[in-house]
Amino acid sequence: MLWVDLRFLSRNWLKTLATTLVAPVLYLLAFGYGLGRGVTVEGYSYLEFVIPGIIALTAMTTSFNAAGMKLHVDRLFYKCFDEALMSPVSPFALIFGKTLIGVVRGLLSTAALLVACFAFSPLPAISGLFWLTLVVTCFAFSFLGVLVALIAKSHQDMSVFMSLVILPMSFLSGTFFSLNQLPTALRIVLSFSPLTHTSVCLRASALGQPFPWGSMAVLLGFGAAFFGLCFVALRRASL
Amino acid sequence: MPEVIVTKNLTKKYKEICAVEDLTLQVGSGEIFGFLGPNGAGKTTTIRVLTTLAKQTSGSVWVAGYDVKKEPEKVKKVIGVVQQHLTLDLDLNVKENMALHARLHHIRGVERKQRINELIDYVGLTKQSEKMITDLSGGMKKATMIARALIHRPRLLFLDEPTVGLDVQMRRRIWDLIRRLNGDGTTIFLTTHYIEEAEALCSRVGIVNEGRLIALGKPAELRQKVGLVAVETLIDSKFTRYQYFPDRNAATEYVQNLPSEIKTIIIRDSNLEDVFVELTGKKVGGDER
Ligand SMILES: Nc1ncnc2c1ncn2[C@@H]1O[C@H](COP(=O)(O)OP(=O)(O)OP(=O)(O)O)[C@@H](O)[C@H]1O
Ligand SMILES: [Mg+2]
Repeated sequence: MLWVDLRFLSRNWLKTLATTLVAPVLYLLAFGYGLGRGVTVEGYSYLEFVIPGIIALTAMTTSFNAAGMKLHVDRLFYKCFDEALMSPVSPFALIFGKTLIGVVRGLLSTAALLVACFAFSPLPAISGLFWLTLVVTCFAFSFLGVLVALIAKSHQDMSVFMSLVILPMSFLSGTFFSLNQLPTALRIVLSFSPLTHTSVCLRASALGQPFPWGSMAVLLGFGAAFFGLCFVALRRASL
Repeated sequence: MPEVIVTKNLTKKYKEICAVEDLTLQVGSGEIFGFLGPNGAGKTTTIRVLTTLAKQTSGSVWVAGYDVKKEPEKVKKVIGVVQQHLTLDLDLNVKENMALHARLHHIRGVERKQRINELIDYVGLTKQSEKMITDLSGGMKKATMIARALIHRPRLLFLDEPTVGLDVQMRRRIWDLIRRLNGDGTTIFLTTHYIEEAEALCSRVGIVNEGRLIALGKPAELRQKVGLVAVETLIDSKFTRYQYFPDRNAATEYVQNLPSEIKTIIIRDSNLEDVFVELTGKKVGGDER
């Protein structure tokens, strides 16, 4: 129900697609070409290794931002989210609608990034599982974006979350290096990051390795948990 | 006259602050009810509870026969709300804002388009219908918000200070709009700082101060309480003293017995403002006009 409206929002935002692609392309250049030249990781060239990681990263940040930021602004600055709260729309439609915009934009920018990757290297094998992982990831992080936006009391809360959770997660979660090189303790810590599981899944499917269904299950679990928490947060939002 | 709004001992606390205390109130169908009070009196908070945006700390509230705590969805379907502050989506234009609202209320296709055009015309925004919200004047924004609140044809309309910051013409247009809506059968609950607004529009008013309802009734009844005739005397050319009398005779008698050094004397009918000041000890909206 709601997502139709958000679609026509996204019309204005097509420009921002370009902006969201700048960072990942820079990473790709810096890490893939600059640092990683001649380096091999687990038998693959670093570029082959790092592309799925960067895609995971892009999927996460775009869907988190797209779902979270607009809602955040609507709620705290335009206050027009109040209007939605006062209308007879079900909480499910509200949360799902706000989430879908994140998913749509997450998928759009990863697709665009994939096209950009064409220019740099042979495209990793893109299978159904690759897309499945992306979709699940986009949903999980869009729910997370909605959740944080529903809880945040100020703009500061939002940016604190960005720099304390999203940013470290984007660098550490097996995006730029292999987790197998890390000490066990750190590896366990990082397994609490949903992005770790995204990059594991994406990399395995891109490089034609056996698909880690366990990681996929964890990812689904995170998504469901964030979704559930959104309802709790929404109920609390009208106190 | 069936009651559209009923509150019983409604109390809303924000931590230690008691924004609304023990409010018991009834508003009948077809009324224009005015809720008056100084800044921070708890008017907006009351509206937020009545419109399901906030939950009361204690007490019970029924809107259109539904308990707001138990059946908020049913309440949401029959109310329209114009909030005190701007609540338009600044990323959208006038029509899109209305379309979004219509969708939120499950109004579809042709009907949606038709109602949007009708209402934009009704509030006089036809020329601005494609403009972005940020390009509108304050009055036009308010008009957009009113038009938006009407899109699902609510039976009960809440207006939180609908004419703050508007010029005289716009204010009168909005008053006429409110009267017209009321004529079409919509019950109106409005808050205001402007006494003359309440006098011009409301069949009944409630006055709140610091979260408590201190007066309730028809404007004339309230005036009677204070005294129908007011006498203003200027003391030492410095401050004005107000005194109230039940009728002209009593007032004249008082004036005749005043010492001669007191100069400026005005005898006039009392108004809601007198009621307000007497009851709250504050003068409201004095500098804003
Ligand atoms: N979300 C909130 N958290 C804490 N306190 C609040 C909150 N909202 C309102 N208050 C407090 O409740 C009291 C009543 O506020 P309210 O906004 O209802 O007043 P008002 O009558 O609408 O005033 P105004 O005429 O300025 O709009 C104030 O003391 C205010 O500080
Ligand atoms: Mg207010």
